[in-house]
Amino acid sequence: MSFEPRIVAFVCNWCTYTGADLAGTSRLPMSTSVRIVRLPCTGRIDPLFVVKAFERGADGVIVSGCHPGDCHYTEGNYHARRRFRLFKELLDFTGVDSERVTFSWVSASQGQKWADVVNETTERIRGLGPFDGYPGVERGEVA
Amino acid sequence: MKPLQDLARQLLEAGDVKVVIGYQDGRRGVQPAFITDPAQAERLIFDHRCVHNLATYVSPRRGHVKRLGRAAVMLKGCDARAVAGLLRESQISRDDVVLIGVRCGGVHDTPDVSGPLTAETVAPRCHGCTVREPSLPDHLVGELPPAPPVGRDLDADVARLMAMPAAERLAFWTRELDKCVRCYACRQVCPLCVCERCIVDKTQPRWIEPSAHARGNLAWHLTRAQHLAGRCSGCSECERACPEGIPVHLFNHFLAGVVRDAFDHVVSDDPEVPAPVGAFRKDDAEEFIV
Repeated sequence: MSFEPRIVAFVCNWCTYTGADLAGTSRLPMSTSVRIVRLPCTGRIDPLFVVKAFERGADGVIVSGCHPGDCHYTEGNYHARRRFRLFKELLDFTGVDSERVTFSWVSASQGQKWADVVNETTERIRGLGPFDGYPGVERGEVA
Repeated sequence: MKPLQDLARQLLEAGDVKVVIGYQDGRRGVQPAFITDPAQAERLIFDHRCVHNLATYVSPRRGHVKRLGRAAVMLKGCDARAVAGLLRESQISRDDVVLIGVRCGGVHDTPDVSGPLTAETVAPRCHGCTVREPSLPDHLVGELPPAPPVGRDLDADVARLMAMPAAERLAFWTRELDKCVRCYACRQVCPLCVCERCIVDKTQPRWIEPSAHARGNLAWHLTRAQHLAGRCSGCSECERACPEGIPVHLFNHFLAGVVRDAFDHVVSDDPEVPAPVGAFRKDDAEEFIV
């Protein structure tokens, strides 16, 4: 049996979540390995969410929100962009594979882009294999 | 030493301040001093052993210091960056505190080293330091000293780590952080860890596991680094306070480099310069985002 990764997607309510909804209602073929967590804004996505996902056995994480200039809170995604730049570099510095985290901008009209992000991330994580590199990761008990 | 002690005595006698926070000789080298009696002002000293960043005592988290009354604090050039950080974030107002600037030519790595400052003993924060006189002071004391000798270069430490393969780097940090006993000395000593209630102490939800285990240890140190990104004044007191000798300041130093390269920002001793996190530019690079 081939490895089916567990991927957690933290998405903003206004753009990516709606884009993902569009991908679904358009019946676009998509990997089913992504679990979506909806948040008001990428500005609400604390890097700790990503850490927590890895701690609990996620193989990959997607962080996605509105394109720059499209934030429904005007500038939440600009703040998130800086924060996640730092977090990505910090993961690299620690040696935790930041290839396992995908950052993307997906608007409400980009159902196809969401499907592509999901499929590409799934393929990449499948290639990397299960993530047991995170120290002390809890494996097995998460559905 | 005399001008410093005289100044402290005058400030206390005038009733302008209730406590002078400085340095004194202690059982194991130099230690912080809290002088409330003008007659005790002669205990104050300043030399290469005065490592401590006393800015941490003006942080609003220090209720027990605040209760002593208005404070005057001795300040080295690097410590001024921490005070500037507190001012920048409106944690203190400039009138809350009297700043006694001391001209500094570098400090030892630890406060219990005697003898002259050498490349072996100099603190890493003094590497390449060009600030002899702190900014912001109300009073300035001491002679203008020569520049400190060149010591341990944290940039080289970071570069050496980054040259390793990622798996080796993770093994290094796993090994180092495995020593962490979660005493939070790194947080307690930090002048810029200002939260009244730290996220690691919150239990509902419990974001960071409190037991001294690899999982929670990494989450804690990642969070500490992230929260100090673009704010850390670079005093590396966290590393000195660590009872296990974990090079925790490397996280902060690494992120300072990222902030410099990505956001073109160096932590400043000018409170008017805005912090890089909490601000943004519309044209920030985003090549890592698809």
